[in-house]
Amino acid sequence: MSQFSHLDELEAEAIYIIREVAAQCENPVMLYSIGKDSSVMLHLAMKAFYPAKPPFPFLHVNTTWKFKEMIEFRDNVAKKLGIEMLEYINQDGVDRGINPFDSGAAYTDIMKTQALKQALDKYGFDAAFGGGRRDEEKSRAKERIFSFRNEQHAWDPKNQRPEMWKLFNTKINKGESMRVFPISNWTETDIWQYIKRENIDIVPLYFAAERPVVERDGNLIMVDDERFRLQDGETVENKLVRFRTLGCYPLTGGIESNATTLDEIIEETLSAVSSERTTRVIDSEAAGSMERRKREGYF
Amino acid sequence: MKSLLKFITCGSVDDGKSTLIGHILYDSKLLYADQKEALELESKVGSRGGKIDYSLLLDGLMAEREQGITIDVAYRYFTTDHRSFIVADTPGHEEYTRNMAVGASFADLAIILVDAKQGVLVQTRRHARICALMGIQHFIFAVNKMDLVDYSESRFQEIQTDIQGLQQELQLADIAIIPVSATEGDNITVHSPHMPWYKGNTLLGHLETVDIQAFEEEGFYLPVQRVSRPDHTFRGFQGQVESGTLRVNDTVCVLPSGETAVVKSLIRGFDSVEEIHTGEAVTIQLDREVDVSRGCVIVNGTELQVSAKLETTLLWMDDTTLQEGREYLIMAGTKLVSGVVSKIRYAVDVNTGDHVERDGLSKNEIARCVLTLQEPIVVDTFTKHKTLGEFILIDRVSHMTAACGVIQDTLDKGEELYTFIGDSVRGRGDIFEEFYYDVEGLTVDKVRPECATYRVGDTIPLTGDSYQYPSTFDILILRDKVYISVRDGVITAIAPLREYTYQGVPLLNGRGFGIEVQSAEEYAQFIADIEASKNLNETFAKWLTFTSYRHIAFKK
Repeated sequence: MSQFSHLDELEAEAIYIIREVAAQCENPVMLYSIGKDSSVMLHLAMKAFYPAKPPFPFLHVNTTWKFKEMIEFRDNVAKKLGIEMLEYINQDGVDRGINPFDSGAAYTDIMKTQALKQALDKYGFDAAFGGGRRDEEKSRAKERIFSFRNEQHAWDPKNQRPEMWKLFNTKINKGESMRVFPISNWTETDIWQYIKRENIDIVPLYFAAERPVVERDGNLIMVDDERFRLQDGETVENKLVRFRTLGCYPLTGGIESNATTLDEIIEETLSAVSSERTTRVIDSEAAGSMERRKREGYF
Repeated sequence: MKSLLKFITCGSVDDGKSTLIGHILYDSKLLYADQKEALELESKVGSRGGKIDYSLLLDGLMAEREQGITIDVAYRYFTTDHRSFIVADTPGHEEYTRNMAVGASFADLAIILVDAKQGVLVQTRRHARICALMGIQHFIFAVNKMDLVDYSESRFQEIQTDIQGLQQELQLADIAIIPVSATEGDNITVHSPHMPWYKGNTLLGHLETVDIQAFEEEGFYLPVQRVSRPDHTFRGFQGQVESGTLRVNDTVCVLPSGETAVVKSLIRGFDSVEEIHTGEAVTIQLDREVDVSRGCVIVNGTELQVSAKLETTLLWMDDTTLQEGREYLIMAGTKLVSGVVSKIRYAVDVNTGDHVERDGLSKNEIARCVLTLQEPIVVDTFTKHKTLGEFILIDRVSHMTAACGVIQDTLDKGEELYTFIGDSVRGRGDIFEEFYYDVEGLTVDKVRPECATYRVGDTIPLTGDSYQYPSTFDILILRDKVYISVRDGVITAIAPLREYTYQGVPLLNGRGFGIEVQSAEEYAQFIADIEASKNLNETFAKWLTFTSYRHIAFKK
């Protein structure tokens, strides 16, 4: 008998959680953000129900400012795996010209948080899987695996349901919902090691390549399309960069790196001196900003 | 391959739990540089002005930072050269005890902090008791703030004696007692120069080497989470192996029905495998059609209990008061049923361990209670098969998880399952079951009332939500081979079926369905048919009608 490793244990825990939702909730959906954590979660869902397909759809909330390569990757994955991939765009936000350059914090709120709430309401989903991990950020470290949201999709951090052993209480009233985080207990290193072990496809942006970037507030931002606005004194340079997290391209900082293989990425991650969310511009705004957004319904 | 240790830190308020973990992370250089910067920055405005406040690493909620306390469990992940760790830092305030219990249900080991100046407090005892209740086997008592008692060996020994008393009382299997200072770093990751009299392991040293091999449970069991039926050719039962090994061609028993079948195939991930083991998430296919749904348990090589009456110890966690007789949803394994807390035997004084008589329980109390379920479910004692000995109670209105607990024993191996008790025979009559149509789920639910028992001379209820019986009739309970006569609503006989002769009154079976028999000849034919029957469904379809005395009511 082969030994049951740390990764095996995390995998089994995640599959158990995913199956609990499929068995207990009426209309679940799996959020798919195209990033590495989502790729791992999707893989776990495929495993959980094999030989059948996952008995729920996947949802990508598109801000319309994602990297081009991400959208291409998303469509290929959905086709290859034969899963139902829904896309939701906050059309009202698009019509109002909301964008990451002019709209500031309202951009994330309108194009991500509001869009997500609209999508969940539109389809009437009562449970939504998210790829959040507790090692990412301090308010996430406090959140339950099954996280209850009221009719306004708000999280009440001071009054969370006790979550004992693996007895997950999914009981809700109409209009309320659950956010479920099957990979809560995974670290960034676990994610990379699992991607390698399972040979999971990820967006090429995670690997180092020559890419056109500008340096802004200490971040290397990729110029992914003609909508990018250069500020005075900024010049576009080609640099060998890769991304540790993927989001909206004008808000996602790359790092200079030579890592072109998974082994090199794992090596780089293990010796990392900066935790991954620093490359997301929104997080460094203020201590507690994530918690504030979660209370308002952000994932 | 490195092993994984899940542990919690607990203890009273201001015993320094968050500081202790913060210090381990800091000393072990397990912090990313930007978190370290944020920490040093926030310390300047934090409660301990100037000096690094290690607790800020863990207290992540805004309310926690404002109040300088821990409200909810924080999970942290770190790895040393020897082991991977997940630590749940839990709140010390009594008000947030339930959040501490959440951490305890997840952990293999508990670090309980004791303030060297204050010694063992009520809250220390409460936490140790809850950890033991939740099944934690390994404990470290960290006697903290040794710097504030001048690193006194005699003070440490006093506290050590108290802790050993607690160990005996709670029968804690494995404990270590370590003198530390979380703020100064004494005996946390390196031996303290201030306490040469202490010869044991450092705290981290102990965490890295403690043997947490769990005891192996008997046999194989898997609570079914879900039935997968993508098309008519495939029917698989999904779940996680709680213990043991199962191979293709093994014979399994499915509980509660007790039907047996042979394992046809086993799937783990994307692979068909020959055998499956403890901890794995799998799909099992059996060789024949057996009645398996969520909440059933697939078993091989061990005995489990099927019970509707449970002796339990529970931790009441809800803001409302628990009253005897109130109905809750009970989740155990993968089964959810209705049930009643039928008896509060006693509450446990968290400080002394004394048993206290109570009518009701308030938040954070531990008590011994009897639960009576609406139908028998598959369970076992917490010590024999842990997963099937754990349960939660869910409030039917607020849907809060109101209590958690463990099963100490099952109480209804005897008469409680039987509705009709005669002198020499007894019968499991289900004629008082209700049938409800659930408009939301589009299903018909069968609801079994509180197990009441009836004897000769008792009056029975003739009308329910979904039944209306005549005042005079006979019941034939075929599986127990018993008949019951009811005359004018009163039981006049409970006797063996072989003694029965047709009386010319309406006949019901044990579920309250009408039996289409009008004469002694037809009765004889009916009994002969039942005895010869190879397919009870067909035989029932020929002789029974649901609608004679029953209908399906809308769910209330």
